[in-house]
Amino acid sequence: MSAVLETVALAKRFGGLLATDHVSFTLEEGARHALIGPNGAGKTTFVNLLTGVLTPSEGRVLLGAEDVTSLRPDQRVRRGLARTFQINQLFPEMKPLEALALAVSERQGGGNEWWRRIGAGGSGGDGVVAEVARIASRFGLTDVLDRRTASLAYGKQRLLEIALAFACKPRVLLLDEPAAGVPQAERAELISAVAALPREVAVLLIEHDMDLVFAYADRISVLVDGALLTQGPPDEIAKDARVRAVYLGEAQHG
Amino acid sequence: MLTILFDGVAYGMLLFVLACGLAVTLGLMNFVNLAHGVFAMAGGYVTVILMERLGVPFLATLPLAFLAAALLGLVLERLLYRHLYGRSHLDQVLFSIGLVFMAVSATDYFMGSEQRIIKLPVFLQSRVEWAGVSIGIYRSLIIVICGVLVVALQAVLTRTRFGARLRAAVDDARVARGLGIDVTTIFAVTFAIGSGLAGLGGALGAEILGLDPNFPLKFMIYFLIVVTVGGTSSITGPFLASLILGIADVAGKYYVPAFGAFVIYSVMILVLILRPQGLFARPR
Amino acid sequence: MMAGAMPEPAAVETSLARVFARRASWRLSEIVFWIGAFLILLVWPSRSLLINEIAILALFALSLDLILGYAGIVSLGHAAFFGTGAYVAGLLTKHGLSDPTLGLAIAAASAAALGFATSFLVLRGADLTRLMVTLGVALMLFEIANQAAALTGGADGLQGVAPGPVLGLFAFDIFGRTASVYSFAVLILMFLVARRITNSPFGLSLRSIRDNPLRAAAIGIPVARRLVAVYSIGAAYAGVAGALLAQTTQFVSLDVFDFARSADVLLVLIIGGTGYLYGGLLGAVAFKAMQDGFATITPQHWQFWIGFVLVALVLARRDRLARLGHQGMSFVATRLGIDLGKMGTGS
Repeated sequence: MSAVLETVALAKRFGGLLATDHVSFTLEEGARHALIGPNGAGKTTFVNLLTGVLTPSEGRVLLGAEDVTSLRPDQRVRRGLARTFQINQLFPEMKPLEALALAVSERQGGGNEWWRRIGAGGSGGDGVVAEVARIASRFGLTDVLDRRTASLAYGKQRLLEIALAFACKPRVLLLDEPAAGVPQAERAELISAVAALPREVAVLLIEHDMDLVFAYADRISVLVDGALLTQGPPDEIAKDARVRAVYLGEAQHG
Repeated sequence: MLTILFDGVAYGMLLFVLACGLAVTLGLMNFVNLAHGVFAMAGGYVTVILMERLGVPFLATLPLAFLAAALLGLVLERLLYRHLYGRSHLDQVLFSIGLVFMAVSATDYFMGSEQRIIKLPVFLQSRVEWAGVSIGIYRSLIIVICGVLVVALQAVLTRTRFGARLRAAVDDARVARGLGIDVTTIFAVTFAIGSGLAGLGGALGAEILGLDPNFPLKFMIYFLIVVTVGGTSSITGPFLASLILGIADVAGKYYVPAFGAFVIYSVMILVLILRPQGLFARPR
Repeated sequence: MMAGAMPEPAAVETSLARVFARRASWRLSEIVFWIGAFLILLVWPSRSLLINEIAILALFALSLDLILGYAGIVSLGHAAFFGTGAYVAGLLTKHGLSDPTLGLAIAAASAAALGFATSFLVLRGADLTRLMVTLGVALMLFEIANQAAALTGGADGLQGVAPGPVLGLFAFDIFGRTASVYSFAVLILMFLVARRITNSPFGLSLRSIRDNPLRAAAIGIPVARRLVAVYSIGAAYAGVAGALLAQTTQFVSLDVFDFARSADVLLVLIIGGTGYLYGGLLGAVAFKAMQDGFATITPQHWQFWIGFVLVALVLARRDRLARLGHQGMSFVATRLGIDLGKMGTGS
């Protein structure tokens, strides 16, 4: 299996603080990889470095075989790297229909088209609408497509958050705490949507919820104080004494 | 050449006194007040009225100009401005432009549209030769008064309780309120003082800057540049920015009169290319 | 999943396609508006000059809507592009290129070039910097036009602007009839193009940038590039409006760069509402009507009342006013059994 996303000694300094400590990380094709670590370990900083929101102080980021370290976030998205945000970053005034159509359209290069009506060509025509319908169906959003995003229930918003990233047809999908804040009644739908993601997409899951992590991931990396403490299959990580020590007071998992 | 420098420093310090109120208001309430020049104009016209109609000597009008402008600021803040804290910058811009138009029009109606000349007292009109440099007494007075004000402002900000509370409120108003700091009163007082200083600057500098109903519009860009270049997180930032701007403007108009006006625009563009967040702003 | 039958995929697709089609289709209210405007143009030849002014102002306000309503850029110096278009068009006729349509095209290109060049400064930094840059550029151009008196006529204005006949057929007459039809036609055409643009994927991406620029970048939208594009387009539109003024009044004065012009067009757009393209048009009509009305009452204090209206509008929460206006309209429409669709306040 080849690496679809790789970092080489990636480091980030904020003044005197070393937020990311020379992390060399590999994400395999089709992986179900989880990144865990205590609060303040630098998980979101790492994701921001991967996506290009932050520029690294040292090191490189490789997407496929390509060095994307100097590329802007939107350029990385076009090369197949998409992410969700820990706190929903949606388009409150737009409808899910429009947001998804936009994401699909951008990927198809439609963003530079100014003369054609979006969705034109009928439902079979340019396929944007068909694609949106498929994505909505996958994430259970079909019923709410025509409503203002800000009016959706939180669980649906969280699903839309993932659907938007998915609409970019990424090779790599970074999910930043997808289950965060989702009420109990809506968790099941969200978790099954994540579990149903196609194998062509490599998924890196950043999560605190250990149940979700151990149920979903086939490989886990542990980040502590910005550095990779260890990585391996779930059962090894669960048995690792250092990991347990880092999560002082956490309930035991096995 | 040193005379130019001297005049430039005087001009710059005048600009600072005029603009510092805006810098604090922007940093404190995040309020874009394009009508700041109205208070300067008010101070200038107060001086004109007092001198022409009541025969008050020039220097005595200065504190009155300060008070009048401060009072105007306080009244407007309590009546109008405070409804717009937290509104979008667009709304604030529209509002303050509206105020400017009203003020310019009203001033034109009541005071006439011609430029007002302030007759400086005789002793201020003379110049002194010192080490080969021709120093105007008037400009020296400006430098002295403004210098004292700068020092006083810095002292108030760093050494008084009010200053500490003000700095806290600028840094994070929500947290400051949580600490029991009366942010509303601080806003009002600061706005009043800032307006008063503008009025003082307008009166003090009327002879150099020119006083007519279009003053707020003419100087809008200057104030904006000072605040954008100097940042809003300190006194020294806008101070240095004003000095740079003052010297550049005076030197530009003297050495290359045809392009003198473009000097400030060039400064503006240069700063923006190099440091979009301002030369002295604290990185947030 | 949900109670009730899952909708058939094909049915979902068709209904979604219909949603998009409906958004882009012409509403009854729009058609009524344009027919009404055209009728006024025909039926009221004595007010041709006023109609000409309204059309030019409407186009100018439309151009500002593109950058303010769709890209969220607050500009205090939009007159920079208006004035550029005006002087370019005026100077072209004085130097042998008298075809008005060609003049419009070149004026648009010049204004777009200026917009493109300054867009990089405008996009750096926050709101305040943006205000400063836009204001500064307009002031700078004013100063340039003032100083280059040999070319522009300086404070006396550019005289002797003599455009040829429109399309080689319709010469400009002193009653302004050709002018008003010409300006109106240009307005309609450019409006149609703007409508196409805003309903396109490009237009949708602009709305997303306005809504959440961070997420827009995260779904692959090159934010800065799009903003530069729309800023340049807005500049081009403003340039055409300025060129129309030069051609139809055969004169260009320094006040095409004036701050008051930038402020006025801002007010016009605010009166009409941003983000749905008709705001500039409706605002222009309202503004000119107000101006006409106030001119009879207090001619020299027009500026005071403009300021007053601005302050009052902002204090009274213009967005609420706009929403009230729309509610009122839909109320009337339902009573009359008319389907307004949504005028599209950002939807």
